Amino acid sequence: MGNTILEVKNLKKYFKSPRGMVHAVDGVQFSIERGQTLGVVGESGCGKSTLGRCVLRLIEPTEGEVFFEGRDICKLKKREIKELRKEMQIIFQDPFSSLNPRKTVLEIISEPIVFNKLMPGASRAQIENRVLELMDTVGIAERLINAYPHELDGGRRQRIGIARALAMNPKFIVCDEPVSALDVSIQAQILNLLKKLQKEMGLTYMFITHDLSVVHYFSNDIIVMYLGQVVEKAPSDVLFKNPLHPYTRALLSSILVPKVGGNQDTIQLRGEVTSPIDPPDECRFAKRCDYRCETCEGSNPPLVEVEENHFVACHCVKPGENLLKKSGAVSAS
Amino acid sequence: MSRGQTETIVSRKEGHSATLASRKYKKKSAFLESWNRLRTNPGAMFGLIVIILMVLLMVYSFMFITEEDVMAINSANRFKPPSAAHPFGTDSMGRDLFMRTVYGTRYSLAVGFFSVAFGLVVGVFFGTLAGYFGGWVEEIIMRVSDVMASIPGMLLGMVIVAVLGPSFLNLLIAIGVSNISGFIRMSRASILSVKGSEFVEAARAIGMSEFRIAFSQVLPNSVSPLIVTATARIATSVLAAAGLSFIGFGVPVPLPEWGALISDGRNYLGRAPHLTLFPGIFIMLTTFACSLLGDGLRDALDPKLKQ
Amino acid sequence: MLDECMTNSDVVLDVQDLVVHYELKNEVVKAVNGISFTLQKGRSIGLVGETGAGKTTTALAIMNLVPKPPGVVKSGTIDVCGYKMLELKPKQLEKIRGKEISMIFQDPMTSLNPVISVGEQIAESVKLHENVSASEAYDRAIEMLELVGIPGERAGEYPHQFSGGMRQRVLIAIALACNPRILIADEPTTALDVTIQAQVLNMINDLKKQFGTALIMITHDLGVVAKMCDDVAVMYAGRIVEKGTLEDVFNDTKHPYTEGLFNSLPDITKRESELKPIPGLIADPTKLPEGCAFAPRCQYATDACRERPPTIHQISPTHLVECTAYDNPGFQIEGWQNHG
Repeated sequence: MGNTILEVKNLKKYFKSPRGMVHAVDGVQFSIERGQTLGVVGESGCGKSTLGRCVLRLIEPTEGEVFFEGRDICKLKKREIKELRKEMQIIFQDPFSSLNPRKTVLEIISEPIVFNKLMPGASRAQIENRVLELMDTVGIAERLINAYPHELDGGRRQRIGIARALAMNPKFIVCDEPVSALDVSIQAQILNLLKKLQKEMGLTYMFITHDLSVVHYFSNDIIVMYLGQVVEKAPSDVLFKNPLHPYTRALLSSILVPKVGGNQDTIQLRGEVTSPIDPPDECRFAKRCDYRCETCEGSNPPLVEVEENHFVACHCVKPGENLLKKSGAVSAS
Repeated sequence: MSRGQTETIVSRKEGHSATLASRKYKKKSAFLESWNRLRTNPGAMFGLIVIILMVLLMVYSFMFITEEDVMAINSANRFKPPSAAHPFGTDSMGRDLFMRTVYGTRYSLAVGFFSVAFGLVVGVFFGTLAGYFGGWVEEIIMRVSDVMASIPGMLLGMVIVAVLGPSFLNLLIAIGVSNISGFIRMSRASILSVKGSEFVEAARAIGMSEFRIAFSQVLPNSVSPLIVTATARIATSVLAAAGLSFIGFGVPVPLPEWGALISDGRNYLGRAPHLTLFPGIFIMLTTFACSLLGDGLRDALDPKLKQ
Repeated sequence: MLDECMTNSDVVLDVQDLVVHYELKNEVVKAVNGISFTLQKGRSIGLVGETGAGKTTTALAIMNLVPKPPGVVKSGTIDVCGYKMLELKPKQLEKIRGKEISMIFQDPMTSLNPVISVGEQIAESVKLHENVSASEAYDRAIEMLELVGIPGERAGEYPHQFSGGMRQRVLIAIALACNPRILIADEPTTALDVTIQAQVLNMINDLKKQFGTALIMITHDLGVVAKMCDDVAVMYAGRIVEKGTLEDVFNDTKHPYTEGLFNSLPDITKRESELKPIPGLIADPTKLPEGCAFAPRCQYATDACRERPPTIHQISPTHLVECTAYDNPGFQIEGWQNHG
């Protein structure tokens, strides 16, 4: 156990659909150390948001275990979950739909405090003081305490969403694409704020995003997801310097660098993501992969540790040998 | 202070002053904003003024017109056309039509208000349950509502009055029941449109129960469309009450409900058209005013126009 | 006559001093406040900026598609291959749109008609502009689909049968069906995943070369600009604050806002480098200040910047910057490349 705050084992979430079972999350496994950030990267439909919500049990996982500080939260009863919510919070992507348009900033931030009786016996003034403190922490001026969300811009709304999560004094926060709806200059403000909060409060983040440059900047470890499964898992620097899975390589090479002549050698993937409905037992990336062979179509590769802390799910990458040509790697000069 | 912060913030360390910050900064009232938008809409203002006049007439009738006044038969005065003494003329029994029509406002306004309120409360409760919880709860509620909606309102009203017997209260219930299914659909639809929002998930993440989320977080967001529908529904309810009274299923006969007045007058259309004309104008004015106000409210409350 | 471009020079688009406002009931949104730029045959210019910078309004104005009301073109001229776009009648405009100049939009989900097959939607645009029979137009549609990497036999399918990336390809096929001289792409890949974005951008680049189309790329993503554009115009609050070739703007950044944009981006080669966001909020186009609109957020701002409109400085024949600070000949920004 040691310093592990969250451990996820073989987590699965299937949805029923008219055409069969959608394997949104399919056997995901990872752990996060206290005070660290785990980045979860993948394209739309890879199951990263579903994973984030399963971890918080905002949706019920189909199968698997989620240990938060040693307790399996999938086995908790309703009452106990309510307690758990104080420890685990979430920040949402869309600063326009994540705040109730009918409530003021004060109401939105104080709601978790009042509802969970976090300050028993506190007067209205004391609660309000706490709200002002939180607003101060996330950088919203006191004068906006009675404003409605529609009067504020995206960056400020996102700050309110963060303040609402902090109101519960959580240890662990799932950040579901917290900056992807924001403008570049505002995005950097929010990223810096999240970093500052992590340092000051010792928070642990699970940072879900499709933006690779952001995740690299933000995370200690990164897992790359494809069609509900983890295809590669490594410390951030390792992943960017030495990506091993063909999908990770293509993904990294698709990052457009804001430099003259910086975007020459992109690996272009064929086709599009295949269907997550009842996928056959083969490597899910095989249909788009340049290195595919018969083994790839025969079975779904397990996640294997190929070097220290570096896990890959690919038949062509094994400890000590790498059948893929090195040339595809991103030059992380 | 970190570079990431956008606002200038006064340090809070030295303790907080006595006044609450929430008092210091004015809240922009959603009501006031909507009212300001409504005020600039001439149609809606016309509707509002007509409705206020109707209410004043009703108050006047409560204070100055007794039941004897509108019931007293005066055979010498039959079928008088409008004059200074009798502004709307007199009816087949010589009763003053102005008094009777004004006296009748209480029935129409009461039906409009109470039957819609009844339909609103019941309909919104079940509509919210259906929309928010889905599954079999929704199935049952919606199928029952479909059945209710498939029976013509007038017929449903007649059946209810026929079973319960004609009285003013039963008329209220009859029209109220026929209002329910509209509100169920309306509230379910607007709940569905906000149910998937992330703020609902956020409420779940702070541990709120589903029932509480449905009624404290989601429902307030459907208030505007409900107000609009309710206003429009008042118009149809007034009309339905008049219709039921016209065919004798409404207010017991001698009482001057507008529909009953028209029913009375229809036998003398050629001889005394004013008997149907004036109550008709009142019905028309009331329903028209409600529709105009409803339209105006829809524009005034539309969150898309907020900025 | 309309078939031929009436200009002899290489300039296919010339926008001069464009001002577009949206006049709402209680306020005026000053979306575009005096923009000038030209575009040569076969070249590409990137209009970069954040929300409210006026990028999309500029594009709509070029097409003469600004919704009126509330939009009002206050002043300016727009010359597309010799046609004065702002003076033409609706009938003439229809002839030019799609033929000389086409536009693709950000959201591929809502830009296609859901009840018409994609093949017919492409053929429609061909028929509008060229004197061809229905079957010829349809053959052309299939050809276009193959060009954008969609098998021709899918021409009979409907938009909902395609993924987001595929729909964006269909839109590009429609836009290029009549071989326009100018293509305006308004955030064409923002709604797409990175790997699909790479596919679509590469395709646009190939087609652009093949047809010699000039491209206006509207985006907030400096990476996309670096990949796609020859020239860059950085926009803020409805003005072009810096303009030049890609090398000018990226390697010799002059405007403090451009510098701020670069500093806001995480550098994937240096993980530990701290982000230096631009403080404050994006300028509100209903309440623009007297002086430079960027001054409230600018670390170099002086009283002169706040009091009067910024001055324009020609750094080199191709490089233009609109910043009062350069009145002082010794002025230099810190330079984003040196950070980290």
